[in-house]
Amino acid sequence: MPPSDLSLMIGGPAGSGVNPASEIFMKACSRAGVFVFTNVEYHSNIHGRHIFFRIRTADEPVTSHVDRVDVLLALDAETIYGTDPHQDYQSHRGHLHEVVPGGAIVVDAKVGITAENLGRDDVRLLSLPYDDIVRSAVEEHGLEYNARRHAVMANMVPLGACCALLDFDVDRVIPIVAERLPERHQNLVPINRSVLQHAWQAAHDILGDEGFFQTLHPCDDQPARMLVAGHEAIGIAKLHAGCAFQTYYPIAPASDESVYLEALQADWPIVVLQAEDEVASMNMAVGAAHAGVRAATSTAGPGFTLMAEGMGFASITEAPGPVVVLYQRGGPSTGLPTRNSQQDLRFALQPAHGEFPHIVVAPGDVEEAAQYTHLAFNWGDRYQVPVVVLADKFIANSHFTVESLGLKGLPVDRGAVWTGDVNGAEPYRRHQLTSSGVSPRAVPGTPGGEFVTTSDEHTERGRIEEDIDNRIDQMDKRMGKLDIMLQEIPEAEQFALHGSDEADLTIVSWGSTRCPIRDAIRQVERESDITVNNLQIRLLRPFPADAVREILERANRLLLLEDNYEGQLGLLVAERTGIQIAEKALKYTGRPFSQDEVAQEIRRQVPMPEAVAAAAQGS
Amino acid sequence: MAVATLPTAKDFAVTDSHPDWCGGCGDFGILNAVKQALAQRGRAPHDVMVVSGIGCSGKLPHYVRTYGLHTLHGRVLNVATGVKLANRDLEVLAVGGDGDGYGIGAGYFVNSGRRNVDFTYLVHNNGVYGLTKGQASPTMQRGMQVKSMPEPAIIDAVNPIGLAISSGYTFIARGYAMAQRELVGLIVQAMEHRGTALIDILQPCPVYNDLLTIDFFRGRDIGHQRTYALADEGYDGKVHDPSNVDEIVAKQQAALAKSYEWGERIPMGVLYQIDLPTFEDGVASRRPEFETASLIDSARPGVDVSSLEDRFR
Repeated sequence: MPPSDLSLMIGGPAGSGVNPASEIFMKACSRAGVFVFTNVEYHSNIHGRHIFFRIRTADEPVTSHVDRVDVLLALDAETIYGTDPHQDYQSHRGHLHEVVPGGAIVVDAKVGITAENLGRDDVRLLSLPYDDIVRSAVEEHGLEYNARRHAVMANMVPLGACCALLDFDVDRVIPIVAERLPERHQNLVPINRSVLQHAWQAAHDILGDEGFFQTLHPCDDQPARMLVAGHEAIGIAKLHAGCAFQTYYPIAPASDESVYLEALQADWPIVVLQAEDEVASMNMAVGAAHAGVRAATSTAGPGFTLMAEGMGFASITEAPGPVVVLYQRGGPSTGLPTRNSQQDLRFALQPAHGEFPHIVVAPGDVEEAAQYTHLAFNWGDRYQVPVVVLADKFIANSHFTVESLGLKGLPVDRGAVWTGDVNGAEPYRRHQLTSSGVSPRAVPGTPGGEFVTTSDEHTERGRIEEDIDNRIDQMDKRMGKLDIMLQEIPEAEQFALHGSDEADLTIVSWGSTRCPIRDAIRQVERESDITVNNLQIRLLRPFPADAVREILERANRLLLLEDNYEGQLGLLVAERTGIQIAEKALKYTGRPFSQDEVAQEIRRQVPMPEAVAAAAQGS
Repeated sequence: MAVATLPTAKDFAVTDSHPDWCGGCGDFGILNAVKQALAQRGRAPHDVMVVSGIGCSGKLPHYVRTYGLHTLHGRVLNVATGVKLANRDLEVLAVGGDGDGYGIGAGYFVNSGRRNVDFTYLVHNNGVYGLTKGQASPTMQRGMQVKSMPEPAIIDAVNPIGLAISSGYTFIARGYAMAQRELVGLIVQAMEHRGTALIDILQPCPVYNDLLTIDFFRGRDIGHQRTYALADEGYDGKVHDPSNVDEIVAKQQAALAKSYEWGERIPMGVLYQIDLPTFEDGVASRRPEFETASLIDSARPGVDVSSLEDRFR
């Protein structure tokens, strides 16, 4: 374990301040120049159900969580012990068992946990009187303690204690608190500081000179990096692409992105419209795309189900877009509304009846989420198809440290636009048969470009037509665009073979599992002589079958890794290449893979020499 | 683009496509009225986008020379909303049938009233689903049985005017496909109105609806024309002071009362009108640029977003 590779957890009931405490601390860490990764698990619930953040810090980029917890900051007993053991299922056993020997637990004294009844004698327990600490901090400022007004600051107590444990200066936390508070509440900043300091002192008193086994070393010589969640990165990418119209219907975990964009409407050229459902969202976006603006919508699986007919409509009418960001969550139906999955690949590939071209692209991390969202608009315009960006809850809600989103310099391609002769002898043909399969689009409002198009099969002129030859021409034209895409979209965008060309094991993946795979490969390769590479397929429709087949055929050993039950990419690979990947690591718990879980899967496939394995176990 | 001379209905004529509607269909009347109204409105064909749903009425954009989108069943209002917000300079005309608007699209009908985007919505209301061979539409009354139905309808009809009032439509009118002059006037008024303007257009389906026939509207059985002009009887549906809640309530109640009038007398014309902020006004209040520049003009692909990135540092 590198010295600064720390795994913190903040847990408590929803509504108790877990979110702000976590966001404040992760930002303070990021400002201190360390690399941060965080993810969050929460229920579909406003108030009371268990929520926890994992905050991982490291001195190198990390994009996944580890199973262990070094410091557990608890706002309630459930965070430590889990749910009532009498419930039918008790897979939520709390997080006590995840705390490493030598680790620490900070908990509110009123929960009543003592070193004697904790059940672990190999961890440090810091049971602190959260409310009393807040009270003393408030009174220090000459104010009368008022629970209704001041109790919300109790979430600063575990942060102060955490600073003491990790020898991290509380003054690195205070500026973040100040930034988050509105102008009218700036007077609370000094009180928050006092809470942090009092908590720091209380923890320090318990720890004594002995200290703690870990410290969080600031790296102040580092450039100021971003700490950004996927939904924010995708929102920024939409603005960068010139998306002028975003529609949505509230749904977890997608609406965060739209709400983020809504707040930017005053200063950026975008209108965000909250529609009455996802059918409306989709078809409004299709209308705007036809009218000439870059349009987008964002949703999760249940919403995409309603968007299905709009996908077929956009495709047969050759709309330039829209871009649909599909944040997958656990299905089917309402399923696991706030949990992660990769269950919607096959649905995204065939979202509606009939046969039609569209693009499905799955970014692997937060930078790719931004960059491929930008490219999705180019592709929508260039090929006049709707584009699905397959993200997920993990990407949406996790925070990642990056230098930038890598958007600068990405080209803008609006595709072929008709600028024909108003007085031309030939009337404009919206669905003209061309060698590229793409007909230059007239932007409504352009003189001479008047066209009609229709969800019925149609002629080059957009007239309803059921003639056989015309049907063949238009089907061939539309479907042929899939081949053109594969020829034109650079291979480096279609897929990536991360790592060396030749490896003991090739992990085949798509989407956000790239994040734990990257970290796990690095770990395994450090601990052993095993070499692992990762074929990450981004472009899922059209599918780069020839290139994928070639890579798979020369691989030594294959492992399919996906967050779903059926191994949906495996099915797609088999369908398109004829290659069946026998070894699978499939997870459908609604929780993302950890670095450790992927590392275990690698070791299961490529057993290590015993001595190395023993050393790895001990690490 | 300014047109050199005012357009005429002929400028909106299509030569390479011919209506495949049945002889005597009310759709012809509505098509002609649309072309004449567009000419009177003085818009060039390229400045107009006609958006339609699915059904016989949905084919209308194929027969008028403007930009046209023939969309999905029940989704015409969604698409029209997207088109208009993308490019406010376009004259947007949404067209659909009664099943399209009041049945499968009922949710969008309600919410479009709330939203009040500036476009015109024409509903071809003939009481039946013509293109699927004459099933009962949402406006067919309980107990009615046209010749294509094996059994009479056993559920009530929707009251489109009443639904429009409670949904917040700011212009609500009823027209008749066979009363050309009046219908043209209504469509022009609707286009001039700022906000979503609904015209429920009664029309015969000569093939499947043997009850709501031309003879029915003519009142051959009762000896007088059933349809009558509200204006002829001094009815004024316009709210003159939109800040006066009493006036709004009174005008809405009067319109609702008129909406139930059926049988021997069927009111025609503007039932309710009020000037209220449009959705576009609401957007402009958040983003002043939208007041003068459509999204299509203000969009900036490739814009520098580093200031946004910096907020996360």
